[in-house]
Amino acid sequence: MSVRDPSLDGEWLDEATTHARLEKTWSAAPGLWGWLTTLDHKRIGVRYIVTAFVFFALAGLLAFVMRLQLARAENHLVGPDLYNQLFTMHGSTMMFLFAVPIMEAIAVYLVPLMVGTRAIAFPRLLAFSYWIYLFGGMMLWIAFLLNVGPDAGWFAYTPLSGPQYSPGKRVDIWAQMITYTELSGIAVAICVIGTILKQRAPGMALNRMPLFVWAMLVMSFMVLFAMPSVMIASTFLIMDRLVGTHFYNPAEGGDSLLWQHLFWFFGHPEVYIIFIPALGMVSSIVATFARRPVFAYPLMVLALLATGLFAFGLWVHHMFATGLPRLGNSFYTAASMVISIPTGIQIFSWIATMWLGRPRFTTPLLFVVGFIVVFVVGGLTGVMLASVPLDLQLHDTYFVVGHFHYVLIGGAVFPLLGAVYYWFPKVTGRLLDERLGKLNFWLLFVGFNITFLPMHYLGLAGMPRRIYTYSAGLGWDGLNLLETGGAVLIALSMLLLAFNVVKSARGGAMAGANPWNADTLEWATPSPPPTFNFNHIPLATGSHPLWDAERLQVMRGLKLDERELVLTSVLDARPDLREPSVPPSIWPLLAAIAVGTMFLTSIFTPWAVVVGMVPIAITLTAWFWPKGRPEEEGER
Amino acid sequence: MHSALQALGVQAQHIEVVWRTMLWVCGVMYVLVIAFLIFAVSRHRRASDSVEPQNDSSQVRRMSIALGSWIGLMTIGLFGLALTSFLTDRALVHAADTPQVTLKITAHQWWWQVEYTDPDPSRRVRTANEIHLPAGAPVHLELASDDVIHSFWVPNLHGKRDMIPGRPAQFRLQPLRAGLYRGQCAEFCGLQHAHMALDVIVESPQDFAAWYERQLANPPAVTEARATRGHEVFMTSACNLCHAIAGTDASASVGPDLSHFAGRRTIAAGTLPNDPDNLRRWLENPQRVKPGNRMPVVTLERDDIDALVAYLGTLR
Amino acid sequence: MSARDDTHERPLQFAGDLSHLPAHGHSHRSLTWWGMMGLICVEGTALALAVVAYLYLSGHETAWPPHRLLPSASWGTAFTIIVLLSFGPNLLLNRRAEQEQLGPVRVWLVVMTVVGFLLVAIRSFEFAAMHVVWSDSAYGSIVITLLGLHTVHLVTDLYDTAVLTVLMFTRHANSGRRFVDVAENAIYWNFVIYVWLPIYVLLYFAPRWL
Repeated sequence: MSVRDPSLDGEWLDEATTHARLEKTWSAAPGLWGWLTTLDHKRIGVRYIVTAFVFFALAGLLAFVMRLQLARAENHLVGPDLYNQLFTMHGSTMMFLFAVPIMEAIAVYLVPLMVGTRAIAFPRLLAFSYWIYLFGGMMLWIAFLLNVGPDAGWFAYTPLSGPQYSPGKRVDIWAQMITYTELSGIAVAICVIGTILKQRAPGMALNRMPLFVWAMLVMSFMVLFAMPSVMIASTFLIMDRLVGTHFYNPAEGGDSLLWQHLFWFFGHPEVYIIFIPALGMVSSIVATFARRPVFAYPLMVLALLATGLFAFGLWVHHMFATGLPRLGNSFYTAASMVISIPTGIQIFSWIATMWLGRPRFTTPLLFVVGFIVVFVVGGLTGVMLASVPLDLQLHDTYFVVGHFHYVLIGGAVFPLLGAVYYWFPKVTGRLLDERLGKLNFWLLFVGFNITFLPMHYLGLAGMPRRIYTYSAGLGWDGLNLLETGGAVLIALSMLLLAFNVVKSARGGAMAGANPWNADTLEWATPSPPPTFNFNHIPLATGSHPLWDAERLQVMRGLKLDERELVLTSVLDARPDLREPSVPPSIWPLLAAIAVGTMFLTSIFTPWAVVVGMVPIAITLTAWFWPKGRPEEEGER
Repeated sequence: MHSALQALGVQAQHIEVVWRTMLWVCGVMYVLVIAFLIFAVSRHRRASDSVEPQNDSSQVRRMSIALGSWIGLMTIGLFGLALTSFLTDRALVHAADTPQVTLKITAHQWWWQVEYTDPDPSRRVRTANEIHLPAGAPVHLELASDDVIHSFWVPNLHGKRDMIPGRPAQFRLQPLRAGLYRGQCAEFCGLQHAHMALDVIVESPQDFAAWYERQLANPPAVTEARATRGHEVFMTSACNLCHAIAGTDASASVGPDLSHFAGRRTIAAGTLPNDPDNLRRWLENPQRVKPGNRMPVVTLERDDIDALVAYLGTLR
Repeated sequence: MSARDDTHERPLQFAGDLSHLPAHGHSHRSLTWWGMMGLICVEGTALALAVVAYLYLSGHETAWPPHRLLPSASWGTAFTIIVLLSFGPNLLLNRRAEQEQLGPVRVWLVVMTVVGFLLVAIRSFEFAAMHVVWSDSAYGSIVITLLGLHTVHLVTDLYDTAVLTVLMFTRHANSGRRFVDVAENAIYWNFVIYVWLPIYVLLYFAPRWL
């Protein structure tokens, strides 16, 4: 035991005083300035989550209008131009502004808590990424409301999206939105990777890390390698449209398929980037409510790694109808089927965990059961689509629309909602209403299946995608009407969720630190956690810190009056360095304004790129320039 | 007919085998997963608030064996499905080796340009938005696009093939039974992607040959007064700037060839049934019927439109 | 510590001490290194995909470059030679930074900044030496864009190096974290060098060989 030093945390101080001194050191300024400069990953995480759910609601509203239009044959509610904008905005908003950001947001909030550290790595980069995300999303939606919204699909195939067939600014706005959201996504991924590899609590070796953290690590690495592809693709597109390049122009040596390759090389990993975090959430929820660690942990980790890796080898299955060489196509058939094996292992493992444990069917676990029932359908229709000959019939039909909604809503939204019910008490200190939660679940489950199951039949019956209306007499009318009915139930279930959240945030039952008696470190802090997360850095002596022993093992010796956390080694999490954590800063916001302005103005003139470099250089230099505070430096 | 579930072509039938196999195998897998899930959640255990003590090792061992079996089952199932897929792929390549009819279809934003090829140029048929095929005979299609990516899809006969500008494609069909089929563009191609359908009439070889000869011939001479007036309107207003009619001076190919328009079932690539009232509606304002399509509104007198309708009705 | 209070509901046991740990470390011990590696993954992937796009597009043409105008290799070769020579000073800069010797670090930072300016100047001549503009053809588009992408990395690294050079002459210089920043910046320079070599071969020699 070291000499008692009242400037450091340790057993010589009572917890209340420790808490008070840490709070004074770590909290941001009050009021608007504090809100703009905070680097608290939890406050930024909540911002991200709220913003992402707003986009989810907006995109859902658009889908509802689409369903109203499709309820009857030759309907005149919405014309072709608006409909094309609707499905483009729905897809783009869901994929770029909701699905990936919400998963990253939950990682941002939970990962530092779960690995037992005080802050996220690169907190200014995190703050910057939020503003970029917000500006990009706002640009897209303001453009849509001004009737300059994109209309070439969320996938924007060339030549339709090129300068000749989509004149004007619509597709430019879409392409630039990609730049914002992918920059933001990459930045967050770097923060999460840094936190997981270097800031884990002492003793939390890689093989003791919660499966949730593994999932977020795999997802973040995937982001680093997938997002550059769509950024390159959209940059080439914007150059074709604005400065006369010919990347995608067949008349001058370019190729429309180049767009498809670059887009889908990103696009396929993208859906796994959305799916893999959900798998992490499922593992957390199953372990807690089955009262038992997840079965076959090493195999689960390998399954996550395998899925993340294989996801990069499948993209051509989106292009089976384009006439690529047969032998190549066969490889992608095999790969697209093989990837279902690691996922199948995970599904087995979760069910096995419930079998071997004592499951308690709270709302989170109910959503997990719903996830299994729904997602596996989508996974199996995915295996069907992997076959080239069968895909030639099913590609670009409502069968595919059914498939991907089963895997995305089943595989990502159901776990996400389970996660909301599970972690809401930690974030707000109050529990969501259980009865409303169960009703929420059943409304969604029933409504979802009514809406999306018939789509598989419709695709086989010849209904293509992305059509604003269809002829009467093809036999599609009745099912389309039924699907619209299901959409009403989905909308109701979401309203119920919103109501539950608002009602419980003020008046829900108090949660306490660990209402579920779960085993991971985020439950060892108060609900909601203080800015600095933990009074003392935990020491992880096993895989289940809160189940292994009555007392929580902690470390002493970090400064109380300076922002400090500990860096550990990558594999074994041996304590290595004390790391100062930067205080709140306005520069991330200012840099985001500079970068965002440059992105926006470059749609109108290429010179904006050159001119825009100046404010960017200034804000970034100010961001990194040392402020002369002794605690930011290290001893020599 | 417009459905992949009624396979009436050689290729579609091969594909249907894959579909049925997939449905059965995937169905069985799904039932197994759900059964396992139901057993797991309905085991009679009281939920407790304390942490579950470690299961005894024999339970864990049995579960591990079950997992191993599951992995084996998945692998075997997927292997079988992949094999079915590959064999069908090969069958599709070898099907329809010696084509008896050759067609070139060029997709445009929101209509189909059709040309039956023949080494003798005087035996080439040009039409639009409709194809006739002899039942039982293999057909070769060359698929191309003039503007953006479209996709040729007649679900009763075969899967689809994207038509990519700069990359013409070779495609084979072999319809088996006479009947009226429908195709629809299956790659989002802009404003009127929803209204880009194709009529596919499969008939006996004799009927097909007869149709072919009628297409080769010029449309009958116009005698009736209103139709003659209609021909005059056609040649003097904007119509002949885009549309061709065999046997006249109108030979532009910007829009669909109208030589034998009266024999077609639909107007504007499947948008409306081809009857005088619909034709009148179309001619009055094509933009109201199919907003955004490439045919401009040409203001004409009522009488002139009636005359045009009469004239177009003679183009058999 | 009190058994029951508002901040922790669970009793604690103190099991280790962190106070003696150093406050900064070099290479993979520092967070900055990992951030730099993440950036290298992203930028490397983007450049690799641009190279793949080049090869993909070259497969579409019978003549490459179309119109048969080969790029002149003199400026590009000069750039490559100088950039390879800069490997030495950069290595020394990295070593001295890890050893935290302020004097030599200042010297080599100035050298690297000057080298950076020289290379940017040479690069500006390379664009014209390609004998094509990006609106000529797909070949022109990918060639100028590839060169441009690398130039962006070159220019931003030059800016970073210049800022660090200035910084190391101020009062903030004498701090362990500064030396870590200098060392990480040197790593990024290595990336700029390594990634140039395949692009150089591709841009100047692939048209002669393909």
